[in-house]
Amino acid sequence: MSKKNTVIDQFKEGIITNNPTLVQMLGICPALATTTSAINALGMGVSVIAVLVFSNMFISLLRKFIPNQIRIASYIIIISGFVSILELLLKAYLPSLSNSLGLFIPLIVVNCIILARAESFASKNKVIPSIIDGLAMGSGFTFALVILGSVREILGAGTLFGAQVFGGWFEPAVLFILPPGAFITLGFVIALVQKLQRRRSEYVKQQEIEYKRLEREAGIWRE
Amino acid sequence: MEGMSFGGIIMLMISAIFIDNFIFSKFLGCCPFLGVSKSPSTSLGMGCAVTFVMTLSGAVTYCLYEFILVPAKLEYLKTIAFILVIASLVQIIEFFLKSKVPFLYESLGIYLPLITTNCAVLGAALINIQEGFNFIYSVVYCFASGIGFTMAIMIFAGVRTRMFFSRPPKSFKGTPIALIAAGLIAMAFMGFSGMKIG
Repeated sequence: MSKKNTVIDQFKEGIITNNPTLVQMLGICPALATTTSAINALGMGVSVIAVLVFSNMFISLLRKFIPNQIRIASYIIIISGFVSILELLLKAYLPSLSNSLGLFIPLIVVNCIILARAESFASKNKVIPSIIDGLAMGSGFTFALVILGSVREILGAGTLFGAQVFGGWFEPAVLFILPPGAFITLGFVIALVQKLQRRRSEYVKQQEIEYKRLEREAGIWRE
Repeated sequence: MEGMSFGGIIMLMISAIFIDNFIFSKFLGCCPFLGVSKSPSTSLGMGCAVTFVMTLSGAVTYCLYEFILVPAKLEYLKTIAFILVIASLVQIIEFFLKSKVPFLYESLGIYLPLITTNCAVLGAALINIQEGFNFIYSVVYCFASGIGFTMAIMIFAGVRTRMFFSRPPKSFKGTPIALIAAGLIAMAFMGFSGMKIG
């Protein structure tokens, strides 16, 4: 029971409370560059999940053998190995996706999310939790990317995953597919996240005050 | 890219600095762009460090690719090889500056370790190979991209210091308003894309 709960907690942390892109601001470059359409965003997200799961797994397996001084270099080698495998696989089986993501597939090597998870989680935890952490954080990244990609595609092209959303009357604002749209959309999405966070912390504070009041009243009653 | 001319080099520089600016149109190096752009002086330091490492790594990775990986038919290892070269290059530069040019180390030192994971450096090295640039073009392209990066990060730092005194809505404080400002600068930079040269 408790184990199941931690898995759910890990996913909740990765996707909502500690989302790598929207809350921790990691991996901003691919989040801006590959979200011109929802399908590209999904492709990038899934690629990152794949690399993150395998790199977390191997780093966790090797955590007792990697000397502390050269750990970052070792992580980079492990990560770039998996990125190269992914690059070749995509080129062979999904050439269109590989073309549209272009440079950003090899650049997964320097994606801060992967190195951050390796350093802060996989190097300290057992294999299974590390794999789950990779899945959870990767899903959080994918979630953020798909939201960005969908908003940009709907506003910028009037489509979602390639399908028409509006009738013929809708004139898309191409700006949202162009670079400025990426910055502006991400800015608004993060503002929304901050608003939700603030509301939640206010709610928690309210609950605490309420709880203290009840406790005090109970105290008075007891007397 | 066949041939090499002075005009071609100038064109390449202008397009790398303005038209295809690394940050505003290619989205490379956004993490330091948002992280270290709090004041103009730190962003100048970061920009110089990036330009320096990028130019050197452009030259080294070009030689590595052309003289080792291609003859050995190991082109598919370029991602691993390049990131290793960049990481060790950053280390070597750090050691060298520390012992030989201490005043430069003091001003660039703190930014150097961050550069290994800056996607602009690896990105520039990979673009050189993708576009088939020769040695001179690669070095020029890397240098110009670094200048473009420095310019972008300094403009942005200027905007941010002004924004320090403004009061955006609570939810927009911090990163969101910075991103929207970056979007507006990117819009201004789009004006350059109408420039057709060559």
